[in-house]
Amino acid sequence: MTRSAFLLVMLMTLAAIPAAAQAPAAPETASVGLSFSDPAMETRARNLQRQLRCLVCQGESIDESNSPLAGDLRRLVREQMVAGKTDAEIQDFLVARYGDFILMKPPVQPNTWLLWLAPFLVLGGAGAVAWVTVKKAAARTT
Amino acid sequence: MTGELGQLAVCFALALSLVMAGAGLVGARADQVAARSIANGAAMGMLVFVVLAFGILTYAFVVSDFSIALVANHSHTTKPLIYKISGVWGNHEGSMLLWVLVLAIYAALVAALQRGGDRLTSASLGVQGLVAAAFFIFLLFTSNPFGRLDPMPFEGAGLTPLLQDIGLALHPPMLYAGYVGLSASFAYAAAALMVGEEGWTRAARPFMLIAWISLTCGIALGSWWAYYELGWGGFWFWDPVENASLMPWLIATALLHSALATEKSGAFRTWTLLLAIGGFSMSLIGTFLVRSGLTSSVHAFASDPTRGFFIMILIALAIGGALALFAWRAPTLKGGAAFELVSRETTLLLNNVFLIASCACVFVGTLYPLVLEAYNGTKISVGPPYYALTFAPIFFALLLLVPLGPLLGWKRGDLKAAWRSLYPALGLAVIAAVTVLAIITPRGVVAAMAFAVAGWLIGASILDLRRRKGARASAFAAALAHAGLGVTLLGVTGTTAWRSEALTVMAPGETIVVGPYTLRFDGVTEEKGPNYVADRAHVALMDGDKVKAMLRPEQRFYTAEGQSVADTAIRTTGLRDLYLALGDNRGGGRYAIRVYVSPLAPLIWLGALVMALGGMLSLGGRLRVGARAPAAEAVAAE
Repeated sequence: MTRSAFLLVMLMTLAAIPAAAQAPAAPETASVGLSFSDPAMETRARNLQRQLRCLVCQGESIDESNSPLAGDLRRLVREQMVAGKTDAEIQDFLVARYGDFILMKPPVQPNTWLLWLAPFLVLGGAGAVAWVTVKKAAARTT
Repeated sequence: MTGELGQLAVCFALALSLVMAGAGLVGARADQVAARSIANGAAMGMLVFVVLAFGILTYAFVVSDFSIALVANHSHTTKPLIYKISGVWGNHEGSMLLWVLVLAIYAALVAALQRGGDRLTSASLGVQGLVAAAFFIFLLFTSNPFGRLDPMPFEGAGLTPLLQDIGLALHPPMLYAGYVGLSASFAYAAAALMVGEEGWTRAARPFMLIAWISLTCGIALGSWWAYYELGWGGFWFWDPVENASLMPWLIATALLHSALATEKSGAFRTWTLLLAIGGFSMSLIGTFLVRSGLTSSVHAFASDPTRGFFIMILIALAIGGALALFAWRAPTLKGGAAFELVSRETTLLLNNVFLIASCACVFVGTLYPLVLEAYNGTKISVGPPYYALTFAPIFFALLLLVPLGPLLGWKRGDLKAAWRSLYPALGLAVIAAVTVLAIITPRGVVAAMAFAVAGWLIGASILDLRRRKGARASAFAAALAHAGLGVTLLGVTGTTAWRSEALTVMAPGETIVVGPYTLRFDGVTEEKGPNYVADRAHVALMDGDKVKAMLRPEQRFYTAEGQSVADTAIRTTGLRDLYLALGDNRGGGRYAIRVYVSPLAPLIWLGALVMALGGMLSLGGRLRVGARAPAAEAVAAE
């Protein structure tokens, strides 16, 4: 990452702080105030933000939340991007800090196996019942 | 005084619901004809008293009677009249009163439509009486809307500004009409098990249709509200409260299809009964999720578990009781229809398999995090990416099969002929996919696939409409409902794949280009609304040097409640939305502004309307036939 982009982020972060202090009712400052001039970086940041949950809101990602915490997290994500971390590293960092709760997509691990498998188990089970039903009904036609 | 009258009315309604339950269940016996008219009368009387209670509470909101705690906590003198009225159900107690009002309306409808009173109707009124009694007890003991305040406050606390909106004023009544409509089909199913009546789907179908139409409209209304009110351009967030309304819709859709097979060819008798029980269970679970506070957090639930536990017991009694009845009586039902592998019955069964699996996704996705947290304190989030990987592929598979169903005959269908007659629809699907891949940027394989499926659905529906030319209006119901699915899919794909956006800070006189639009920011003025002050931005949509249109998004500050809410400005041209939301003041006349350009967004809700219209055609056909039939049916039932 270039130094100018880093400076830009720092400047915007600084600029955002007094604005947020003046107007606590409208804390979306950070989402607008922080944006990369490089469209590729901006897209990456937005995608990352959509994957992360605002911890104090009801089911909103940090990309769309107006809460001050979401603003801080957006800033954190972008700082890490500027520092050259990959998306996976940034997510790991946030999970280490805040737990799995921050991920909009639940990780696949022993305590979520049932969550991920259940829909397909139901699909398979219902499909099997349907198959038996159709077979029986077809047998009755002859 | 009026508050006490309201409470008294609820007590009378409770008494009448018990009469209705007792008389209805007794009247289910062949020799107890007299009891049936008592049940009918009790249903009418219950409606009168609930309307009275609801009217009294509404009056208290309209005249701002702050001696009633509910009014003081949720209303304010400066609120516009319409939001004083919608404030009645903009809170827990009032919304539960609305719930029993809708329940009483359905019970009275059942009683009025089946005037003669056969055993089935009588038993179903009995079951509805039991459900109503449970809700009246819930209302009186945990959620009394008429509680008093002493001393009476001078001014009310106001209504959350987010709820002061026409979309959200109408959303709960719509949704409840759907939830409670499923209680009517539940009651018919339980009654059918009691009296061993197999023609129950005929009597229950109008109620299934009303419930489905209302749920469709209610969900669409909620999603539309989220779109224009929350200010982020999104239309569905997989929020637990949204999911709570989607689950009953999925089961109700399955029920409509399964009941059709039961009625037309005698197939899936027991399965349709189970679905009717399951549909109402989903309504109760949805109500439980929303009303217990469980969705906001496990802790909010634990801090006041009375209501949650009460509804949980209610769910256990309703589902447990119905399932026990099912286990006892279902084996006596005549089972086992005969149909071939290739037949309409099979496609309807597949429809059910996929709908049940989609419902399982939503169910597990909503409840799993709650259960996990209650179990060992682990917190996880289940967000949109989960549903994109589970719900989306399963629902997609369902949509692929939809056009085939109406083309196959009952008992035995001709797959080759059906497939051949769908060639034009297949052509439309290919054209849609190729168009997306060739013309529209950014290209997307998923978007192309979604367009292909939408083309497939809409094309097949057009073919279906053409084939039925000259038939009764109700014959077009399925084609319309299926086309609506395609239209909604187009909208969802368009907004998801090709939305462009800009988040910027603008000074007066500055212009910005977003997608095909050039916008000039002309500054912000302060406006006074009835109960808020607004920062109103003036944004000109430019056409060269000329101003083509003005858009005025606002940031409203509600003085009574001390909260601010964005009011977006949306301009729909053709099928594209230009969507503006005003952010905060950056000083020196500069403001943060969000701009979204969402292609095809209006189609999301237009599709839902088309679906609902399909449902209404079917309902219209039913009521016309039903007006002649019941007398003959009542005789047959004896």
